[in-house]
Amino acid sequence: MDLGPYLMLASLEGAVGAAVLALTALGLSLVFGVMRIVNVAHGEFYMLGAVLAWWVTSMIGGHPALGFVAAMVVAPLVVGLIAAAAERLVLRRLNYDPEATIVATIGLLYVIQQLALSTYGADARPVPAPIDFRIQFPWFGYSGYKLCVIVASAALMLGVWLVLTRTRAGLMMRATQYDPETARAFAIPVGRVYAGVFAAGAMLAALGAVLIVPIQQAHYLMGHDPLLLSFIVVIIGGLGSLRGTVLAAVIIGMSDGIISVFFSPTLAKILATLLVAFVLVWRPTGLFGARAA
Amino acid sequence: MSRAVGLHLGLLAALAAAQFLLPDYHHGNLARIMVLAAFASAYNITFGYAGMLSLGHAMFFGAGLYAAGLAAEFGGTAAPLGLVLGVLAGAIVATVVGLLALRTTGVSFMIVTLMFAQAGFLTVLYFGEFTRGDEGFVLAPAARTVLGLSLADPATRYWAALCVFGAVMLGSLALARSAFGRVLAAIRENEERTRMLGYDVFRAKLMALAVSGAMAGAAGAAYALLFGYVGATFASIQYSILPLLWVLMGGAATVLGPFLGTLLMFYLIDISSSFTTAHMMIVGFALIGLILFFPKGILGTLRERAAPWLP
Repeated sequence: MDLGPYLMLASLEGAVGAAVLALTALGLSLVFGVMRIVNVAHGEFYMLGAVLAWWVTSMIGGHPALGFVAAMVVAPLVVGLIAAAAERLVLRRLNYDPEATIVATIGLLYVIQQLALSTYGADARPVPAPIDFRIQFPWFGYSGYKLCVIVASAALMLGVWLVLTRTRAGLMMRATQYDPETARAFAIPVGRVYAGVFAAGAMLAALGAVLIVPIQQAHYLMGHDPLLLSFIVVIIGGLGSLRGTVLAAVIIGMSDGIISVFFSPTLAKILATLLVAFVLVWRPTGLFGARAA
Repeated sequence: MSRAVGLHLGLLAALAAAQFLLPDYHHGNLARIMVLAAFASAYNITFGYAGMLSLGHAMFFGAGLYAAGLAAEFGGTAAPLGLVLGVLAGAIVATVVGLLALRTTGVSFMIVTLMFAQAGFLTVLYFGEFTRGDEGFVLAPAARTVLGLSLADPATRYWAALCVFGAVMLGSLALARSAFGRVLAAIRENEERTRMLGYDVFRAKLMALAVSGAMAGAAGAAYALLFGYVGATFASIQYSILPLLWVLMGGAATVLGPFLGTLLMFYLIDISSSFTTAHMMIVGFALIGLILFFPKGILGTLRERAAPWLP
């Protein structure tokens, strides 16, 4: 194959990765933006989404699309409930202290991972794609499902944007983000907003995982890379800035895909992690906001 | 001799005596616990005394581990030199990382250290040709001798572990009681005020990180030389989180807390493994439970309630 088609294939792979990454990172960014906490267990919510998707699709027989649609509904709901429970039982009692929250969510990460290992097992399991067609380019054929992932992810992000800017719930979230004290004075139930935002963030991660699981298999350790990549994206994009998050996800996801195709995936990750470290070092307050520091 | 010094020397004496009384199994465990407790003590310098939440200490432990391990594997160095190299590697990596990461504080500092440590871990995997990546490599017996004694022998190993742990613990004690230790505590309590009083906060934190890195490097090198195995797992995130857990459990900013936490956590997992394989669940619930109900740890709570003299 010539360089041109090869590069096109690499970009397509990168775009699929970027689409799912954007969705996952959006969840992390939303939680950080509104609640000013770092959720280290975010990758585990992603993993739970994938594992639940496997469960739902393997229980529902018939056409693969049927199980997949059910998974798109069930997995985020269950993950959201778990996240809301964790928020009420643990994070609220810590008063959202940034460092205590990190320790607690690390604990949550281990608990969820062990739950998945004990019940689901250590095997990687595939989920059948809901649609099965290939798009034939002149140089190579490409899975149609992968293109659908990009479209679906874009649609979901548009949905998030509409909720945040056009609905009452979105207004409450933005008010809480801007100033929780004043929001409370205007009778906004800040505690419930926090629980809702934390659940919503987890649900976005779960949705991303359901979309990716027909391409990658579900595995109990799969939350690790999305967590680190989401950190990277959220930091580079600027915390709390959802537009920045999406833009950074596209850049990081695309370059990760392209570097992985041409060089080694490990090298791509080393470069990305170092990039973040240096962005944070040189723009510590610019990207993180003065309040978190 | 004050109560505090007596207590710490007493613990070392008790540990020295314990090896003659303990059955083989616990004898081996205790040697491992002492090396890991040295690592936890190193973590305690930055997290406990200076109040910096780092998620990158696996990088310093790994630097010591690989400095000693690779030097023995490819340079044929003797064990004492390996330990020195480990200390140097830990201190140098910590200083370089500190120069960059200390420009940030709080949550940003935690993420920057996590990212550097992750880059370090991936680098170990990337140079798999030499490090053999996840699989790791076993040190040759020739590389594991000190003064003609083999470190593979349980008695020698125990004494060596006790020496490393003793040095790190007494170093922590001296640091905690020194003027420098008080400056670190002041930074933890109120960084701005310390700066206003004329202390160079950046320099103090960098020194704390360098000392902590040197201690962690010593623990890493000792681990490689005493147990003869070098693998990428020891540079992974897990080994940044474990010292945090041990220190939280024993009590942050107490000299003996890291040892107590390591001992308890090690046996908690050891005992529970006879009826469940769910180690991660125990670690997870321990972290959540400690931060929710017991944020000062065992010795921290004891100091608050009963023994204010505890260093």
